Amino acid sequence: MNAYWQCLRGIVLREWLRFVLQRTRFLSALVRPLLWLLVFAAGFRAALGISVIEPYDTYIPYEVYIIPGLACMILLFNGMQGSLSMVYDREMGSMRVLLTSPLPRTFLLCSKLLATALISLLQVYGFLAIAWVYGVQPPAMGLLIALPALLLVALMLSALGLLLSNAIRQLENFAGVMNFVIFPLFFLSSALYPLWKMRDSSEWLYWLCAINPFTHAVELVRFALYERFAGLALAVCLGLTVLFAVLAVLTFNPQHAALRKKG
Amino acid sequence: MNALEVRDLSFAYGARQALHEVSFSLAPGGFAALLGPNGAGKSTLIALLTRLYDLQSGDIRVGGHSLRDAPRAALTQLGVVFQQSTLDLDLSVEQNLRYHAALHGLSRRQTDLRVAAELARQALTERRREKVRELNGGHRRRVEIARALLHEPRLLLLDEASVGLDPASRLALNQHVRRLCLEQGISVLWTTHLLDEVQPDDALMILHQGRLVASGQVDALIQAQGGDLGSVFARLTRPAPTGAVA
Repeated sequence: MNAYWQCLRGIVLREWLRFVLQRTRFLSALVRPLLWLLVFAAGFRAALGISVIEPYDTYIPYEVYIIPGLACMILLFNGMQGSLSMVYDREMGSMRVLLTSPLPRTFLLCSKLLATALISLLQVYGFLAIAWVYGVQPPAMGLLIALPALLLVALMLSALGLLLSNAIRQLENFAGVMNFVIFPLFFLSSALYPLWKMRDSSEWLYWLCAINPFTHAVELVRFALYERFAGLALAVCLGLTVLFAVLAVLTFNPQHAALRKKG
Repeated sequence: MNALEVRDLSFAYGARQALHEVSFSLAPGGFAALLGPNGAGKSTLIALLTRLYDLQSGDIRVGGHSLRDAPRAALTQLGVVFQQSTLDLDLSVEQNLRYHAALHGLSRRQTDLRVAAELARQALTERRREKVRELNGGHRRRVEIARALLHEPRLLLLDEASVGLDPASRLALNQHVRRLCLEQGISVLWTTHLLDEVQPDDALMILHQGRLVASGQVDALIQAQGGDLGSVFARLTRPAPTGAVA
């Protein structure tokens, strides 16, 4: 058991050291959501009034509405990027080292997913701190309650990223992931607009948003941030995390990547 | 018990057969060279030996443990230096070693002892806090060897480890590994395509088009085939497939 603990600790510590040493990576991960918050939200503030909806107790400015979605956006980008690099060349070297560990491959992959998720959380809380200074201030207790919710979402999205990278040949670069995974997941969700607004425009778009796992991720975080419990979102995220992780581990095989290149 | 035993190993990338029933073994404490031109199947063999690829047919036993049936025991016995550097360049020498120790589940106390011992053996103690990025190619290779030996494996696998080094560093590395072999009694499998890295009393395997076309002591092979190692190698690795000798 001690060997497993040492191994997990080592994998997390390595991600932490790389994160600390590559500050530009941290800053660039913050630029995207901050642009949305400081520019996009300011521009759309007047156009998109938000009525009183759960979990908010009153009318809220648009900036407040999109914070959970932007926090999840950080997790979405990091999850996809991290998982893609686990399968393809850039990190193939370090994956080879990881896989020479005598511990089971399932454990190694899950540890890697967990380490990536934990580092993503630091970025999310960095973003939430800036948002706090900007004036978007969820309850302090909400920030704490949101921690396990954010961790679950980070794991779900990393596992989804690994599963997609294993399964889909076309996802060989990040541009493909942006166009076919990140943008659809993000825009067809409640991250930027409440679903009732979407329903006003199109019933079938509404249903696409409603079944999108990312919508449940955003709602889980939104409710947690305001100290509310979102049972359905939690169940969906928990279930999908387990499902994605199991499928991702079962389908992870570096020789598939080699076959693609040689084929 | 052999340090390494490869039995009837075959592997295909879809329709393309990369390895055809390759079998060989490596005695404990021996230095063996695996030669082969580009595309001979060396990389595939290394990928199978290091568990990157799953076995399709045949088996690999490291220190008597099957990679198929007891991968944990087998990998505990194996240290690897990959062709391309797999060190984290922005981490220090010591941080890289500690990460590897963690992957092998060593306790903190064991890690402290083993890291200090291997750094000393590779004459890297003074440089342990330097970032790997600041080291030259020869020293980086030494860090990788130190890393590969941290968990005290019985078999050290070096995959074209001298690629990219200048001639002096290449020679120094080769001699260094041979010394380890003698002093520590570990077995070494050294893959290369450079004939001058092989010595007359080495065990030698030649891989060509996925088949093992020669296996035995270098001296004996040269005697049996005639000429020198260069001409033996050229003859056995001509484009047209040749029959297996081993």
